[in-house]
Amino acid sequence: MANAIDLNVHHVTRIEGHGNIRLKASDGTIEKVEWQVPEAPRFFEAMVRGKHFEDIQTIVSRICGICSISHSLTAVKAVENALGVEVSEQTDKIRSLLHYSEQLQSHTLHVGYLVAPDLLGQKSVVPLVASHPDVVKTIIRCHRVANKWSELLAGRITHPVTLKIGGFSQLPTEKQLLELKQILLDAIPDLQAVANVVLSLADKLPDFNRPTEYIAQSKPGTYPFYHGDIGSTDADEDVPVEEFESVVNEYISPQSTAKWTKWHRDAFAVGALARFNLNADWLQPMAKATAEMFGLEKGCCNPFMNNVAQVVECVEVVEGGLKHIEEILSDGIKPEKPDVKPQAGQGAGCIEAPRGILFHRYAFDDDGICTSANICIPTNQNHGNIQKDFEAFAPQILDKDPDEIRLLLEMLVRSYDPCISCSTHYLDVEFV
Amino acid sequence: MSKPRVAIFDFACCEGCQLQIVNLEEEILDLVALVDPVEWREAMSEQSEEYDIAFIEGSITRPQDEERVKQIRERAKVLVALGACATIGGVNKTKNRFEMKEVQQCVYGAHADDPHLDTYPTKSVGEVVKVDYNIHGCPIENSEFGYVVRCLAQGKTPELPNYPVCVECKLRENACRFEFGEICLGPITRAGCNATCPSAGAWCFGCRGLVDNPNVNAARDVLDKYGKTVDDLMLKVGLFNQEQEQV
Repeated sequence: MANAIDLNVHHVTRIEGHGNIRLKASDGTIEKVEWQVPEAPRFFEAMVRGKHFEDIQTIVSRICGICSISHSLTAVKAVENALGVEVSEQTDKIRSLLHYSEQLQSHTLHVGYLVAPDLLGQKSVVPLVASHPDVVKTIIRCHRVANKWSELLAGRITHPVTLKIGGFSQLPTEKQLLELKQILLDAIPDLQAVANVVLSLADKLPDFNRPTEYIAQSKPGTYPFYHGDIGSTDADEDVPVEEFESVVNEYISPQSTAKWTKWHRDAFAVGALARFNLNADWLQPMAKATAEMFGLEKGCCNPFMNNVAQVVECVEVVEGGLKHIEEILSDGIKPEKPDVKPQAGQGAGCIEAPRGILFHRYAFDDDGICTSANICIPTNQNHGNIQKDFEAFAPQILDKDPDEIRLLLEMLVRSYDPCISCSTHYLDVEFV
Repeated sequence: MSKPRVAIFDFACCEGCQLQIVNLEEEILDLVALVDPVEWREAMSEQSEEYDIAFIEGSITRPQDEERVKQIRERAKVLVALGACATIGGVNKTKNRFEMKEVQQCVYGAHADDPHLDTYPTKSVGEVVKVDYNIHGCPIENSEFGYVVRCLAQGKTPELPNYPVCVECKLRENACRFEFGEICLGPITRAGCNATCPSAGAWCFGCRGLVDNPNVNAARDVLDKYGKTVDDLMLKVGLFNQEQEQV
């Protein structure tokens, strides 16, 4: 049976940024299957040169609206590393608490607004309001909790304003933290409801497995988002952040001029599933129970399960957040006044953005003016793995009708929660 | 009367302004009662070539983007620039301090000359096509987005603030950032954000662009009073307002 497929998905919808899918096959043989990224490049590494060390985070926060807190925090950590600044335990803990909020914000947005329509057979969240009003309302409540959480600590929801080199421009009060604690406690039933909805639809997630190397922050004994070395499911020993370039090994793919990354294999994956595969032993109790509910276990190589790992992490960050609040309150909030003097130096910073591990490096002259930058972004690290998944997944679904093939390939891309605005200094502009 | 058809498009940006629309949560449903969303790639799978009102997020940084935005302009009755990248070029314009060839070499090294990595100096949307209304900010205030949509749906002209951030900052009874030895762009920046940044202990970054006819003399007096120079100010102005001619 001649089965010719010629699929061009120009600008995949319900993802952050612009990406294209190209599939050409006939008689069950694939001639071409490609994941392409035609986003306009923005040249952030060039833009920050000549800017003062205090202003770097304000610029690079604008790499991504969804993960602006992660970009700001990574920049702040890298700048402090370059300038030899040590921050207080209090600053460290409040930053980590703020960073948790972005995981909840981003994962809720992704699972609730961008992925749920696929699982419920709709084209966007708008028709879901009529077909599944209770589900939508629960998702909205969770998203609002995350937004309130980041607004309280960052000064607003997107593009934080309270972060300073060495500390904060404004600290939360004990009263505000107690209110936040109550908001988080109240959110737990909603998070469990979301987990149950996803569980009821989990059979819609394709059963596709491809052995994959996963890379994430690693700090044995913790499920880290904020502090850790670089760990891999293929490596016995972690690598210090200072050596991140030796992990990502950026290269030019022969089929694409995009810079991709690889370490022990021809590609690797980062993100919620990578973090789970490395660190699941140290999840908080409720998060661990959520993973068990789905039967999600370490060693999972099904990229579609990244969505489930995100649900698990929503629970993890609320539990972790509550613990942080308790610790901050029991220590008492002490006023601090960051005062940092410029000096020449260079330094790297690393954090787990919602989509995976994120690296920044900056160098400064004697006046604290930036002389060079290097930024390595999670979606960029996933592009090569999406391509490898395409090559393995497409042959398995060629007998399906074209609309279903298209949906499945789009779902595969969405499962990585790509954030293409972030990854735009690496791109393949073959307009199809 | 049928509801106006609304489309949202994005160019070079972080898509954070679209995120502020998402953050309206239930209020989006009130807006959908007034207008008919026909294309919004980040949130919906539907696409359309017929629309009355087009919102454009992001800056124009490549020849092919210029063609695309011109086509949108031809199709739309009303075109609204959404957020600082679209209204004033925003942080994307910090690139314009350098030669483009040098910028490409800085990021792409040996591949700087690859044709698809081409870029040109960042332009705001208004530098390429006629813009009917601007929704300022990095990111936008979503209440202002809701206000503009309601106005346009009812055929009214949205009125946006044309006074400096200092006015809103005073109303919030914030201590002046200059008192902390900082440079603040509040005196020359268009209000409408309710002085978000100074209220969180930070200085105004100027993301809403300059107020029309900024009171430069008064701003100079403030600088003098606190022992700051115009050069100090310009280093900060250059974050979001590179190439704003009024400065």
